[in-house]
Amino acid sequence: MKARKFNWPIWSGFLLTLIAFLSYPFVFVWFPVTRDFPWANLLLFALAIALWVVGVRRAFALDRGHQAGPLGVVDRPRPRRSKITASILATLSIAVFGFFIFSTFILARRLPASHSAPQISQKAPDFTLSDTKGKPISLSELLAPVNGNAPKGVLLVFYRGYW
Amino acid sequence: MRSIQSSLAKFEEVGIRPIAISVDTPEVSRDLCQKAGYTFTFLSDPKADVIRRYDLLHAGAGIDGQDIARPAEFLVDSSGTVRWVNLTENYWVRARPEQILEVAKTLG
Repeated sequence: MKARKFNWPIWSGFLLTLIAFLSYPFVFVWFPVTRDFPWANLLLFALAIALWVVGVRRAFALDRGHQAGPLGVVDRPRPRRSKITASILATLSIAVFGFFIFSTFILARRLPASHSAPQISQKAPDFTLSDTKGKPISLSELLAPVNGNAPKGVLLVFYRGYW
Repeated sequence: MRSIQSSLAKFEEVGIRPIAISVDTPEVSRDLCQKAGYTFTFLSDPKADVIRRYDLLHAGAGIDGQDIARPAEFLVDSSGTVRWVNLTENYWVRARPEQILEVAKTLG
């Protein structure tokens, strides 16, 4: 009897799913072109989905010519274990894909409306906050001339923080 | 942040100082700046007072449910007037430095 063939499409599909998911926060988010719309990740997911489909079909298909019976070579079903493995991997992959869609298209857009945020031509509210050395700095100080050179302005970048 | 750091020379050229603001403590921001190599100013608003005043509070959105800032960028001119705002609708998506530099060039 020949050794049972390794179901590589389901395993590589699962691996590619993980790569497609993790490459967004760790790689593609650093480049605006792949960050603003995650097309690179969706492309990887599309490839992964094709691999799952092939892998699942393979697990559930009859295994051709692996057993020589008294009537010659016959088809026999794949062992139950291979079906279970394929089903589990496919389910996990679908869950990862679903979470990716949810986190990038829904969760990331759940932001407060900020209707009362300062608008163009309004005054930016003054503030005093500590810098990384613990030294307080105010917005008016940041806008004041340094050695006679007045800055043109400041760019205030509010970010979520690293907690 | 990284894109601002890499465009820092261009911001200096047009006379704009980038200032990052979050609820992180000065210590956390200092660690971040050291690790990531950020050399511009980072300010701490641990109680989110200023974040609240700018209506940017994202209540309970921190990892342990803390109140944090939603991402937002404001270009403020030397008179303290807002000249450009970006309130992103997706926190992965931020303003590109080129956009901001374009506006910065028009400031007097």
